Amino acid sequence: MTGGKIKLRDWSAAVVLGVLLVLLAVFAPAFYQPQPLLSLLAREAPALVVACGAALVIICRQIDISVGSQFAVCSVAAGLLAAQGLPLLLVVPLSIAVGTLLGAINGVLVAGLRLPSIVVTLATMVTWREGLRWLRQGQFVDLPDGTQWLGLSQTAGQWTLIVAALLGLLGLVWATQHLALGRFIYAVGSDAEAARLSGIRPQMITFLVFVLMGALAGLAAVMNLVQSPQVDPKAGTGLELKAIAAAVVGGVEITGGRGRLWGVLAGLLLLACIGPALTHLHLEAYWEKAIQGGIILLAVVADGWRHRK
Amino acid sequence: MADLLRLISVTKSFGAVRALRNVSFDLQPGEVHALLGENGAGKSTLIKIITGAHQPDGGILEIHRTRVRHLTPAVARKLGIACIYQQPALFPDLTVAENIALRLEAASVWHRVRWAPRQAQAQALLQRIGAAISPAAEIRSLSMPEQQLVEIACAVGAGARVVIMDEPTASLTQPEQRRLFTLVRTLRARGVGIIYISHRLEEIFALADRVTVLRDGESLHTCALADTNEAALIHLMVGREVSQIYPAAAGPAGRPRLELRELACAAAGVHGINLTVHAGEILGLAGLVGAGRTELARVLFGITPADSGEIRLDGERIRISSPQEATAFGIAYVPEDRRRHGIILEMPIAHNMTLAIHRQIFRGMWLRLGAERRFALDCIQTLGIKAASPSAPGSSLSGGNQQKVSLARWLATRPKLLILDEPTQGVDVGAKSEIHKLIRQLAGEGLAVLMISSDLPEILGMSDRIAVMRGGTLAALLPGHAAANTVMTAALGAKENT
Repeated sequence: MTGGKIKLRDWSAAVVLGVLLVLLAVFAPAFYQPQPLLSLLAREAPALVVACGAALVIICRQIDISVGSQFAVCSVAAGLLAAQGLPLLLVVPLSIAVGTLLGAINGVLVAGLRLPSIVVTLATMVTWREGLRWLRQGQFVDLPDGTQWLGLSQTAGQWTLIVAALLGLLGLVWATQHLALGRFIYAVGSDAEAARLSGIRPQMITFLVFVLMGALAGLAAVMNLVQSPQVDPKAGTGLELKAIAAAVVGGVEITGGRGRLWGVLAGLLLLACIGPALTHLHLEAYWEKAIQGGIILLAVVADGWRHRK
Repeated sequence: MADLLRLISVTKSFGAVRALRNVSFDLQPGEVHALLGENGAGKSTLIKIITGAHQPDGGILEIHRTRVRHLTPAVARKLGIACIYQQPALFPDLTVAENIALRLEAASVWHRVRWAPRQAQAQALLQRIGAAISPAAEIRSLSMPEQQLVEIACAVGAGARVVIMDEPTASLTQPEQRRLFTLVRTLRARGVGIIYISHRLEEIFALADRVTVLRDGESLHTCALADTNEAALIHLMVGREVSQIYPAAAGPAGRPRLELRELACAAAGVHGINLTVHAGEILGLAGLVGAGRTELARVLFGITPADSGEIRLDGERIRISSPQEATAFGIAYVPEDRRRHGIILEMPIAHNMTLAIHRQIFRGMWLRLGAERRFALDCIQTLGIKAASPSAPGSSLSGGNQQKVSLARWLATRPKLLILDEPTQGVDVGAKSEIHKLIRQLAGEGLAVLMISSDLPEILGMSDRIAVMRGGTLAALLPGHAAANTVMTAALGAKENT
């Protein structure tokens, strides 16, 4: 009986998204113009990659609020490398490497020194962000020609990014179900002591989750960078909140151990569609944030209610 | 007589478990009344009824000769009932004066705090019980006996007429105990009634006026201590027929599997352990709560690694410093608190079963879900687990079946030594006997089994030999056919004079 309810929560974001899309199809078919829709999805592609990482961190009963700053550091680093004339094929792994390093720092502090992740990542969030400001003085990085849209046409570039994000999601979904590491993340997030008594090293798993989060932030930074001619050193401001919100709305429980990565896709799209939907339904666009907040609140209330049962 | 407290035929059940049956008890002013019984005899439940934490299902509760129908903790406090627990329930970050004030002042949100009287009151109370503790000290900085004194000061300050002391000497040194006893006698001289719970018989004989023995939730016998002796009390505590049938031993034990020499771990509080467990043997580890049995298991599983001494497995000397190493050596541990750490409730049964054996059934990095499912189905069948499917969550199972899943996880590692901590706690009778059969069958296959249990009939029925622990070390090593009295005598540290 609880099984049914758990499944419902896994799919609730997708169901609400479906209802919203049907409403839009009936009352505002203009929403389905291909080009704006494609732009919307391409804009959300990097956020999807980050949100998947955030979901894994939350499933492991941790939190990482430094992802926005990690994203910004990786963006600027990748931008500078590209400006030096490095081909994108090299910029991508280097950006991921920078993210991995930043993630490893969080991981060492949280798993190695056993510090609370909220405080650790709050500190690294501020440190990376302010360090970047001091370094760049707010200056944008100009990217060489041929970087934007990966040197393709805009449509082809956008499609490439969307497909890449979806492939990334697919890969992570597969990994959580078929790799021992994925299983261990759920085990540690559910009951770290039970996991330890089963011979799993919870601290190692926690460390790896933070490393993975950093690597995904590095990848997402490049996916964002190729969408514009310049890199804003303030890139990724608020990204951590967006990623955590997408995970929670998608059914990942903030208390750890539960949630599916598929849900994150639905959660992210649902939050992302609110703004355009308001515009197309001729409602005040000012309501966007309030409605997003309401959806997050609803998700948390649903989880709390399920627990009390 | 002017009873302070009287319970007549009190009954209390938790689900299907009858914790108390027709328990009668009374307390007179100026009396120390000892409460005696083995683990799970119903002492805690009785105390919780007296303090209002539990409501009895039936029977009569009288306080100061007045029948009380719905006793709540607040009402109990008002009626002058105070309880001093083994682990003082104080707020560690607040000062002594603040803690005392929290107990004595009205629990009103807008109550104005008057600091000077608070301080003075605490000072006066501490002086009255002869405690040299500063009211401004933080509880965190006090030792365990000092914290107990603060608890007693609270009880005195509240004008308690009934003081319950639950194993107050468990963590005290000899001189601290003597000071506590003097204090108890002072309280008694002032007409306070004291319910004194302890496993230490010599304390009870030194301090108490009367004793009530509880067994299986029944009050068996109340008498003056002058009219009884240790042997008679022990007989009362354990004297019951073994009603259950236990599986017989398959054959003689094999060669030594696990040998411990002078094993000690300060962090776990165990020391001087010399013990051998043979292949094919079930060694029952008996003792009272807090005797160090679970702590020994945790040392052997590398959770709190040993500081000194020797562990030999199959004759080879080994060091175990983490659960991973223990698992690699072939040691399996099914922990006590199944609901908390035995299985992961949110996870499917199949995932729970394979959690400890990833390296064996999944070669390389990835999982083979088909193989896992087959393995789980196999376990479900051979262990007789009642589950809807391997993908049902652990939380959907009954206690006995959860325990079997926890067992399955470890059996799959093909261990040499299986440590079971309270394997049938909270398990219904049918599942209990199935688990017993399973344990015996495993021993028959050459496994060495170390079984911790507080269930004396289970220890006596299942064990080939019985090791009794007391105070963090081995108190006795007895044959499997030992009498219940002998085991209890060793666990209590009493002299056997039957």
